[in-house]
This record gives sequence, structure tokens and C-alpha cells, in this order.
Amino acid sequence: MRHLANWSILGLTLLFLIGPFVIIILAGTSAGNNLAFPPEGMSMKWYLKVFTIESFRTSFALSMALAVFGTLAALVMGIPAAYALNRYDLPGAETVRTIVAAPIIVPGIIIGLALLRYMVVPLDVTVTMALFMAHTALVLPYAVRVVSSSMQNLRVDMEEAAVLLGCSRMQAFTKVVLPNIRSGVLAAFILGFVTSFNQVPVSLFLSGPGVRTLPIDMLAYMEITFDPSIAALSALLAFMSLAIVFIAERLLGFSKYV
Amino acid sequence: MSDAFVELKNLTLSYDNSVAVPALDLAINEGELITLLGPSGCGKTTTMRAIAGLLSPTSGIIHIDGRDVTRVPANKRGIGLVFQSYALFPHLNAFENVAFGLRLQKLPDADIRSRTAEGLETVGLAGFDKRRPSEMSGGQQQRLALARSLVMRPKVLLLDEPLSNLDARLRLEMRTELQRVQKETGVTMVFVTHDQAEALALADRIVLMKAGRIEQLGTPAELYSRPRTAFAADFMGFENIFHTSGDTLVSSFGRLPVGYTAPSALLAWRPDAVTVGTGPHTGTITASSFAGGHREYVLQTPLGPLRADAPIAVAQVPIGQQISFDLPHQNARALAE
Repeated sequence: MRHLANWSILGLTLLFLIGPFVIIILAGTSAGNNLAFPPEGMSMKWYLKVFTIESFRTSFALSMALAVFGTLAALVMGIPAAYALNRYDLPGAETVRTIVAAPIIVPGIIIGLALLRYMVVPLDVTVTMALFMAHTALVLPYAVRVVSSSMQNLRVDMEEAAVLLGCSRMQAFTKVVLPNIRSGVLAAFILGFVTSFNQVPVSLFLSGPGVRTLPIDMLAYMEITFDPSIAALSALLAFMSLAIVFIAERLLGFSKYV
Repeated sequence: MSDAFVELKNLTLSYDNSVAVPALDLAINEGELITLLGPSGCGKTTTMRAIAGLLSPTSGIIHIDGRDVTRVPANKRGIGLVFQSYALFPHLNAFENVAFGLRLQKLPDADIRSRTAEGLETVGLAGFDKRRPSEMSGGQQQRLALARSLVMRPKVLLLDEPLSNLDARLRLEMRTELQRVQKETGVTMVFVTHDQAEALALADRIVLMKAGRIEQLGTPAELYSRPRTAFAADFMGFENIFHTSGDTLVSSFGRLPVGYTAPSALLAWRPDAVTVGTGPHTGTITASSFAGGHREYVLQTPLGPLRADAPIAVAQVPIGQQISFDLPHQNARALAE
């Protein structure tokens, strides 16, 4: 009896986790014109149609650019920050850690509204710039945390050894510290990329006319058209995220950093 | 200006407003192997880090090879340091670890190759080029760290408790190895340790430190047989140290009249300097252990516990039995307060 209960709970959990994903994949293969499950017939036409929609192409490019450059910018700031927090007994280090973690804790909708009301509107920042800054800020906590955790195992005396062998402090960092936290940096990049790419609430506030990230564009599309292409696109994006995480896990044992 | 190779003058070192080493003076000769010996917190590692340039002195001067290097940054001093943890670079193989410093000097590739190979050879790691530090044993990592410092041809090679992470057998082996390398290369070595046996075995001279000051400086033989203070004597194995008052020994446990007038305020005996089996005093045996050539006893005496070694020829006395003993004054070491 107990056995049966255990299996039922497990089964239900898996159903709720994987079920929607399966439904989306199958809904996208529909031959009909409405988003429905079970699909009406089988065809790949919606999967192909996704690539022909102009607004998806431009918003995909924007989301890609935001995810790549926003994450890079976050790493450029986050790696030195993680280094400083790890190596030095800084006054206010705890405060910095809390502030850096804030975007994880504060609901995105609040961040989005705040950025819109107090940055974009009064400062007249362009929509693209605002999105870039917001995505950088959202990814920064992951950059600092993941890089920090890979830096924790790195002994200080390794840098001292490098210095005594002739390195400047900067060379010691690039030649000894960076190569040894490389997998942490890659893990942070991937995590940041996925976070940024899938970001909805903040982008929702900051997206302007003609400048939308892909998830926002998909929402807008669904308000007008209710065809299976949206399911097909969602499935494709899910596969992309899965592929990235899978490759990362294979290459670096990603899961030990997250 | 003296002709010492390394000279520390009036060196004061502090951490976070607390002085770790106040006004230290020390002269080290070229090609000498000197050990800084002392318990943890005595300032030996701090002194070593100051010589390396990893710690700026609060005041004082450091001369190396006739040059004032007090304000010279660590990467320009030409000093090698073998860390207690070895501090090898895990992302590089053995060859690249050793070649690291040479590459920074932008030497021609052929020179880097030959000097690195020679360095690995010197420490007995020829053929290990492609191994990562994580694929090497503790002893091999130790040798690699040594080679990495040696190929730079440092003016001074500092070693921070380099043997403390090795097991006993390997420690002995590396001790001999270090001596061999030092004789072969003629490099001036400063060896930091808390292990007096290590210091005695390796050093040309020992600097015994206590609370940031030099307690005694001398050859191993001098320190071993003629410690000047109770601290030095205790470190060198004089386990029985007593105050004196006229012809009486005094400890916190009690008094024992010995029948001769003590020549100094403190007298010390090694366990093997205590006579057991004969003598005017008696004690109770509380511990006894076989130590190969001799037997180690702990006696309960009017002065408290007394450590005494008896030759194996003396018949064994069981624990709890009374035994007679003597603290002969000709075997005692007279110490300053």
C-alpha cells in the first residue's frame, strides 16, 4: 500500500514536471490551425513557420545579444568582485554580497517597474540600453556567486608563488587564478545566458515599440494569433536550453557549481 | 656594513597593529643553511615572509647580496620560496610548473627547455614532465616545488615547513635530499620549522625564536649541548628543568635537597642524564616504555614527574615500584633565568 503511494507521488511529480513539455512539443506538431492538445493531425509546418516570422527573428537576435553581452558584462564586473570578496577582508563585504544577491530575491516585476519609472523615463535611456543594463544586473548575482564558489578552493599561496617567480599581481591573476576558475566562469556564463534568455517580467516593462525580447514577442504574438507556431517555438527554445545545459554538464560537470 | 649575504637590521613586523617581530637583527652567510626554529606564533614564518617581500616591514632594513631590498617588490627580489602546501599550479603539468618563472623572463625556448629538464633532473623527477601535480605523490610534489624555485637560480631559497606534510620515512628521505641539493647548488637556504630534530639534522646554524625575538643562535651542536635558557633547553630535549635555592631543587610540586650548591638559578637534565637504579633519592615509577636502546621511565618524585632513561642493561622495574635515582650535578646544564 505504502509502495503504491510512493509510486503515485513520484508519477504525479514527473507528470507535472515533464507533462507540459511533452504537450508543447506535440501541440507544435499539429496539422490544424489552432493551438490545441491533442493535436489535430501531424505535420512539421508550424516548426518551419517559426523561422519565417520576421518579428521572431529580430526578437530572437535581440534576446541572443542581450544574453551574450549582458552575461559577458556581468562577468567582467562579477569576476573581480568575486575575487575581492574572497581575498580581502573588506569593510562592508556583507552589504555588497546582499546587494549583489538582491536581483535574485526581489521579484522581477518590481525591478522592471522601478527601472522603468526611475531610469528609463526620467533619464531617457534607449530601450535597448535599458534592457542591456537590466539583464546585466539580473545576471550579476549568478556571476558573483558561481565564480566565488570556484574561487573558494583556490589557495592564496599559489598567487604568492607566482609573484615570487616573477609575476606582477595582475599576471598572477591572469596566469594562475583565471585558468583555475575557468570552469566556474563557463558555468556562470551558461547559467547567466539561460537566465537572461528566459527573462520575462523585467523585459516586459522595458520592452518598447519595435524592441522586444523573444519571450515578450511571443506573448504579444499570442494575444493576436493563437496558432501552434507558438508551441513549436517554445519547444525549440526548450531544446536549445537543454542542449546548452547538457553540453555544459558533459564538458565541466556544471551541476557542482549550481 | 658587514659581509653577510642576507642581513636583517632592526626589523619590525606587525599584523593588524600587533607586533609579531620586534627589532630583529640577523646575519646569514652566503651558501649557509640556516633554520628558523620555534613554536607556532614565534614569528619565524613572518620573518621569512618579510625576507621574501610578501610582507612589508613596519621598520628596519633588509639587505640581500649587498643591496637594500626593503622596498623592492617580491617579484623583483630574486628569492625562491617553497611553500608548506607546495602551492603548485594545478592547471599546469610538471614541466610547465618548473618552466613558469623562466617563461616570464622571456628566455629563448631552448634555454627554458634545458634549464627545466635540468631542474627536474636535480630533484629526481626526470621523465615526469607531463604529470599534473594532482597525479603526483606528496614527496614528488615537494620535489617539484623545490625544482620550480631552484631553476630561477634564486639568491636565497626560503622553505616554509616543507617537510611537515610528509610521512616520517619520506621526511627523512627529503631531509637528505635537501642537504644534497643545497651542497650541489650552493644556494643560501632559510628553512623554517617547528621540529627541533629537523633543525638539528639540517642546519649549519639554528636561529631559535620565541615571541618574535631570537632566543639563541648557534650551531646545532651548541644549541643541543649548551642551551642558555629554560626555553631553549626545553626545546632541545632537556625535559627536567628545576629552579634552585642553595643546595635544594625547587619545583611547583615541592623541594628536594641535593647536597651540592647549584651554580645557577636553573638546572636542567636530559632524561639520559638522570641516574636510575642507584642514588640518594627515591621515586615511584608511574610510566615505563621500551625505546629500543633504553627504557623510558616517568618517576613520581618530590619535584613532581621526572623523566629518566635507563640503559636496557638495568633490570626492568614494574610500574608502582619504588626506585632510587640521582640528579648528578656534573650532568646538569646550568641555565639563565
